[in-house]
Amino acid sequence: MSVLLMFFLAFAAVVAVLVFWAVGAYNGLVALRQMVRNGWAQIDVQLKRRHDLIPNLVETVKGYATHERETLEKVVQARGNAVNANGPAAQGKAEGELGQALSRLMLLVEQYPDLKANQNFLALQEELTSTENKVGFSRQAYNDSVMAYNTSIAVVPANIIANTFGFTPEEFFEITVAAEREAPKVSFN
Amino acid sequence: MWEAIRANRRRSTWLMLAMGAVLIALGASIGILAASWARQPTVDDQLLGALLGSVLAIAVWLGSWLYTAADGDGMVLRSVGARRIAKQDHPRLWNIVEEMSIAAGLKNMPAIYVVDSSAPNAFAVGHTPEKSSVAFTSTLLRTLNRDELQGVAAHEIGHILNEDIRFMTQAAVLVGGVELLSQFLIRLGPLGGSGRRISGGGGGGGKRGGGAAPLMAIAFLVAILSPLAIRMLYYACSRTREYLADASAARLTRYPDGLASALEKIAAYQLTSPPIEVNSAVAPLYIVNPLERMQLSGISSTHPPTDSRVKILRAMGGGAGYVDYEAALKKVEGERLRLPELELAARTGERLRSRAADPNQDPLEDPVSRAHTALELIDGLAGYTTLLCLCGLRVKTPPESDAKHIGCPRCGRALDVPSTAAEKTAQPVALPAAVEVAGTLRYARAASDWEAFSCSCGQTIQLGAGYPLDYTICAKCDRRIEIA
Repeated sequence: MSVLLMFFLAFAAVVAVLVFWAVGAYNGLVALRQMVRNGWAQIDVQLKRRHDLIPNLVETVKGYATHERETLEKVVQARGNAVNANGPAAQGKAEGELGQALSRLMLLVEQYPDLKANQNFLALQEELTSTENKVGFSRQAYNDSVMAYNTSIAVVPANIIANTFGFTPEEFFEITVAAEREAPKVSFN
Repeated sequence: MWEAIRANRRRSTWLMLAMGAVLIALGASIGILAASWARQPTVDDQLLGALLGSVLAIAVWLGSWLYTAADGDGMVLRSVGARRIAKQDHPRLWNIVEEMSIAAGLKNMPAIYVVDSSAPNAFAVGHTPEKSSVAFTSTLLRTLNRDELQGVAAHEIGHILNEDIRFMTQAAVLVGGVELLSQFLIRLGPLGGSGRRISGGGGGGGKRGGGAAPLMAIAFLVAILSPLAIRMLYYACSRTREYLADASAARLTRYPDGLASALEKIAAYQLTSPPIEVNSAVAPLYIVNPLERMQLSGISSTHPPTDSRVKILRAMGGGAGYVDYEAALKKVEGERLRLPELELAARTGERLRSRAADPNQDPLEDPVSRAHTALELIDGLAGYTTLLCLCGLRVKTPPESDAKHIGCPRCGRALDVPSTAAEKTAQPVALPAAVEVAGTLRYARAASDWEAFSCSCGQTIQLGAGYPLDYTICAKCDRRIEIA
């Protein structure tokens, strides 16, 4: 009888440990998934900020660079596409194109010394630099959290919990433009 | 990374307990010494005193914990004269701190403070990652470019992320408290005793209970040693945290060279500039210890030697992750230095590439305008009023001045000093502008004295009393301006 009791107690202890582990692992996964979602929300905030900055920038540049209608229109159009894009993949592509249009615009600014010296433009340029950085850093933070989350739902034995409760891998956010991966070409003349 | 933060938190708890033990020992010593003041001190009296003293010390310890939780960062910030800034005061600094908070995934961005100081430095204080502050000195803002400032901000955010700030702020408050108490005790001990002997006319001094003297000696020794002990504890933990925060900075910015170059500049400044006034309890909070001018590494160092930190960051070989930092640390420092938290963080094996240096120079990076921005910021925060004279000179008046008019020190024109808040925020005098006539810019001189006008690009151009030429070239937009 006492042997049976001991067996029972040992079994109960093992079950208790397993339950505690499962609860802990589940909570850990939920926390990580929440981090991924917060990360995505942060990217959204930064992209919105980028989109809000562009009309202002275009308005300032227009006053000085009157002959650059085409480039300015491309920026406005790329912004429109980016605002309307849905889902990480489409968003990434649209943002990549917007980034390219913007860097073409900034290259062109080099030819207008009056514009470069304009106080309003200087302030805008700092905002633009910082917004680009913020988009980059929020993407970095998001991808870091996706990596941590995807790793932890794939490793044994936490994957049992992940499969049981339907934790699925999350998508990375990449700004996908083939040209963007190449190093920027700079000429010093 | 989370394991590393947890390990760091555990280490903080142990150190906090050790510091508490030192504080209790000191409290007990106070009790013993106070009991020894009795006419005929016995060992029992002294033990009771020790007990009461310990209870008092525990109360102080808890009190300091509560106080730090409530306002420890405020106290540290006030003690160095830091002023809080808003985004419009220094947009670039604000943006950089926001960028790093985003990279670290902090829920709230820390409050930003600026300290007027002749040395470049920075620190972070606070209780939780959600309620924290970072402070930068004016000279740091003047000296560092965007990438370097980003490295420094990332190091400070690293301290916040690794949960160093609560411990360090609390420790700074405790160290200050223990030092004060021990000073008090050392005076109370021998001086108090002899004073009583004189006033008592030899009544009690000689009749001390036989067992009381050794305990009193021990108490006195504790009083002398406790500030030393608590300082060693404080310094030992602050050293390893600096490496970890450097590793976090490299990972957050993905650009270790930015921080490395910032540290080089800060160290170079420290060798040549006069030391700044800093309370030694606050010194370990800074990114580079403002009190250690020679880069010696020893038991009393609060920071690892700066040149070793720079070497490690430079040796990361294009990587930016904890793994790369750990490998670089091994390369530079060898096997003798072990950082368990860093090893935990590196265990994920995550390989990250460092980004390339930005070849497009930001126009705001111009060191002259950077220095101007920093100066304007400090003067504005201190309440100075800037007056623009028609000769182009900017005259600053301190907030305590009550003069209605002042003469321009260069051209002698009388300037009205605004007295009301509405006048102070009004637009400054507009300078006459050069006018565009048939494709060329022209400016007609109004006086033969000093005067100034603005170019079409907004640049202020100043002309001296005997300016000899009939044209000038704008320094900003390179346009030629005819002068009549």
